[in-house]
Amino acid sequence: MNHLSLIIKREYLTKVKNKSFIIMTVLSPLIMIALIAVVAYLTQLNNNKERTIDILDETGLVSPIFKNTEHTTYTILSNTTLDEAKAMVEAKEDYGLLYIAKAETADAVSGSVKFYSEDTPSLTLISALESKIEKKLTDLKLQKNGVDVDMIKSSKTSIEINQETFTGEKTSKIDNILKLAFGGIAGYLLFMFIIIYGNMIMRSVIEEKTSRIIEVIISSVKPIQLMMGKIIGTSLAGITQFIIWVILGGVMMTVVSAIFDINFTEIQTPQHELMQQALQTPELQDQVQLVMASFFNLPIANLLIAFLFFFVGGYLLYSSLYAAIGAAVDNETDTQQFMMPILMPLILAVYVGVFTVIEDPHGTVSTVFSFIPFTSPVVMLMRIPFGVPIWQQVLSLVLLIGTFMFTVWFAAKIYRVGILMYGKKPSYKELYKWLKY
Amino acid sequence: MNNLLVVDSVSKNFGDFRALNKVSIAVPQGSIFGLLGPNGAGKTTLIRIINQITMPDEGYVHLDGSPLQAHHIKDIGYLPEERGLYKSMKVGEQALYLAQLKGLSKQEAKERLKYWFDKLEIGDWWNKKIQELSKGQAQKIQFIVTVLHRPKLLIFDEPFSGFDPINANLIKDEILQLRDEGATVIFSTHRMESVEELCDHIALIHKSNKVLDGKLTDIKRGFKTNTFEVGLQTPNVDEVTKIIKDKFDIFPATFRNLNDDLKLNIKLSTNESSNDLLSFLTSKAEVHHFVEVIPSANDIFIQTVKNN
Repeated sequence: MNHLSLIIKREYLTKVKNKSFIIMTVLSPLIMIALIAVVAYLTQLNNNKERTIDILDETGLVSPIFKNTEHTTYTILSNTTLDEAKAMVEAKEDYGLLYIAKAETADAVSGSVKFYSEDTPSLTLISALESKIEKKLTDLKLQKNGVDVDMIKSSKTSIEINQETFTGEKTSKIDNILKLAFGGIAGYLLFMFIIIYGNMIMRSVIEEKTSRIIEVIISSVKPIQLMMGKIIGTSLAGITQFIIWVILGGVMMTVVSAIFDINFTEIQTPQHELMQQALQTPELQDQVQLVMASFFNLPIANLLIAFLFFFVGGYLLYSSLYAAIGAAVDNETDTQQFMMPILMPLILAVYVGVFTVIEDPHGTVSTVFSFIPFTSPVVMLMRIPFGVPIWQQVLSLVLLIGTFMFTVWFAAKIYRVGILMYGKKPSYKELYKWLKY
Repeated sequence: MNNLLVVDSVSKNFGDFRALNKVSIAVPQGSIFGLLGPNGAGKTTLIRIINQITMPDEGYVHLDGSPLQAHHIKDIGYLPEERGLYKSMKVGEQALYLAQLKGLSKQEAKERLKYWFDKLEIGDWWNKKIQELSKGQAQKIQFIVTVLHRPKLLIFDEPFSGFDPINANLIKDEILQLRDEGATVIFSTHRMESVEELCDHIALIHKSNKVLDGKLTDIKRGFKTNTFEVGLQTPNVDEVTKIIKDKFDIFPATFRNLNDDLKLNIKLSTNESSNDLLSFLTSKAEVHHFVEVIPSANDIFIQTVKNN
């Protein structure tokens, strides 16, 4: 067996057999799932709460539209004054009282609707009530003006502009959302991967220095072999962890939802509910079909290949720098001054990705940043779903690989000198000097 | 004589600092070669160059007749002064790993490790983690790992530090046995008594330059001052002292003796022999002690470093 594979094997096995690694691997998805389950359960609890809303409608026009639903009961009050009604609702501990004051015209009614309750009522409820009353009043006004409401309803049209590029590629709004999600997830994943496993590499280099084994190892293998072995071994451990997370997460999600009968897709925030109300149209069916179609419209093969290359390239680029930092210092507290220059381009890449790619995926800023090697992995991965010419992808990749080779050379230099330096915290000037040793 | 290792005017700079300045040494096959020098003299740099950890700026290193190449790492066993092992790795696994890095197959490494573990009676450590061992115990493992692949050249940097006298002796015997089996040993230490005991040849590096090298006996011959330590018994001490003083250079001497009346160091000039001195002394007093003063490695070290 040659040296590199021996080193990779050792790095991989020590990482994977490490107790804290195992605990992290098993516990993280458990905690995540537990968290989601709790949130889901609480939301459900909240939704399931039965509430009664009393309505005092002095006009008698609006109240007929309120039909009881699963969780909400409407009680129509009559022959009572507002004060009495308020006292009664409070005594009954109902959710609230909707009061519509007596008015002559529909216009006047719209200004005299009030809701009384113990606490501030939920946003969802209020907007639901508002939209119901609005609709009714509009109809009333239309009728008053002699307009046939049924006719208006039947003549309502829904329109979706069908977008198509000159080359005949169909696109849509949903397309864009999907593309953003794809690029965003890919970019974010890379970002997380670099930070988590880059740090792990750095720590393992520092460990070798502090345990003083480095000189023994280095008399058997070349520093660059050791460095590459570390990077690859740790990455494989990282990938293993990721895969376990995905599988474990999936399995547990299913199990938990089966046991507790929680439907994870039903986790709703008020915003979601509002959106869903807006979407409650017959067109929803079409929308789902559109999403599916959009998904298959994506350049999937291109995406997967590009993801693979840019992910690996970007990860190796940064992890070699992490290894160099580990070699340059004696302990983790000394790493701070060198971390900044690494994290800056990475964070910049994510910001550029989030703010400019969404706005204009092929604009100057996005394009430029998708070529700069330190930001290109993240930015390019975000751009690719929107269709980037192959030559641009290839050029960016070539630049990335070129820079990667340079940083590996650079890191190996620092590494070679740094691993044998003990005791003092190096300055940038000294690092520069090391390059010439 | 056949030299296993030849270092030919090797220089190494770190920035503006010249760590080694045209250093040449030749290590004869089958010898124990002491590489000496004060702290920071450049010994470690030289050792690292021999191990191909650092590359020399100038000069050549030949091992076994051919210029140093990557495959030579399996011919060298190096026990660095800054040593350590992976703390959380098990002893057996770790030893196997390090042996495989030196080019042994897993099977071979296992067999040899078993031999060594039995020899040093540490077979039950196999599944322990390094952090469960004491420092001396870990040193033993380190020693085994260094010699396991039966290298032609063994480089030990302070091999006895951290060992109790019993274990130090054990390791010393192992080193001698390895030498007898044909290995060549480079031995770097500050403990001059072990240099005295083990080394056939030495080289002394001081401030990046080699200032002394050769066979230890030759060097001692070169450093001897023709001085003899004598113990005399006579009733008239003052008179005898005066007579000797008139003829030779004398200095007071201290050594342990049963009857100590007159103890002197007597320095002879180059044309006088020890026999002349002895016959002169026997005519004046009764000689109880007569021995040539041979400079110790310690004296040579201090003298050389001070003079440079």
